Amino acid sequence: MALTKAELAERLFEELGLNKREAKEIVEMFFKEIRGALENGQQVKLSGFGNFDLRDKKERPGRNPKTGQEIPITARRVVTFRPGQKLKAKVEAYAGTHQQ
Amino acid sequence: MTKSELIEILSQKQMQLAYKDVELAVKTMLEHMGNTLANGERIEIRGFGSFSLHYRPPRVGRNPKTGDSVKLDAKYVPHFKPGKEMRERVNNSMKKVEISD
Repeated sequence: MALTKAELAERLFEELGLNKREAKEIVEMFFKEIRGALENGQQVKLSGFGNFDLRDKKERPGRNPKTGQEIPITARRVVTFRPGQKLKAKVEAYAGTHQQ
Repeated sequence: MTKSELIEILSQKQMQLAYKDVELAVKTMLEHMGNTLANGERIEIRGFGSFSLHYRPPRVGRNPKTGDSVKLDAKYVPHFKPGKEMRERVNNSMKKVEISD
């Protein structure tokens, strides 16, 4: 089961004793503000977790995989996530099966 | 935007909560997200994106100083895939604003 906003809010309710409405609101706002900053062209750095970076990509040649027809991939701005050292170290130790 | 700037903005917008509570909430969320990934579970945030682990097979690397080869174990690395809304919004901003820190 994947972690969702609902579960994060539940955590804040249980661990910090925020009321359910406050917990839900703060979770909602947290992701909205990060997205908002990115939409404003601002990179987001969350120390210990990672950085959300923005990159402008130039137009490049592409292909429709079905028809093989050549069509350019338009110039675009994308978000990339660079995990921080702490998160990387935490995750590296995961010894699960590699059927992710 | 840094984590402390984010906490600052959130506490200005969320009037019912004290700065300390917002700070703790943000830290708790990030902690829980990290732990979730460390347990090999996914994170799915609608309108934002999803986090999962990507497998990296074992490989032979090199010590750049000595040139000696070193065996590197298989590992997992965190991966983020932006959601549809995130992709569209960010892409639309390209014509309006420059990228900044």
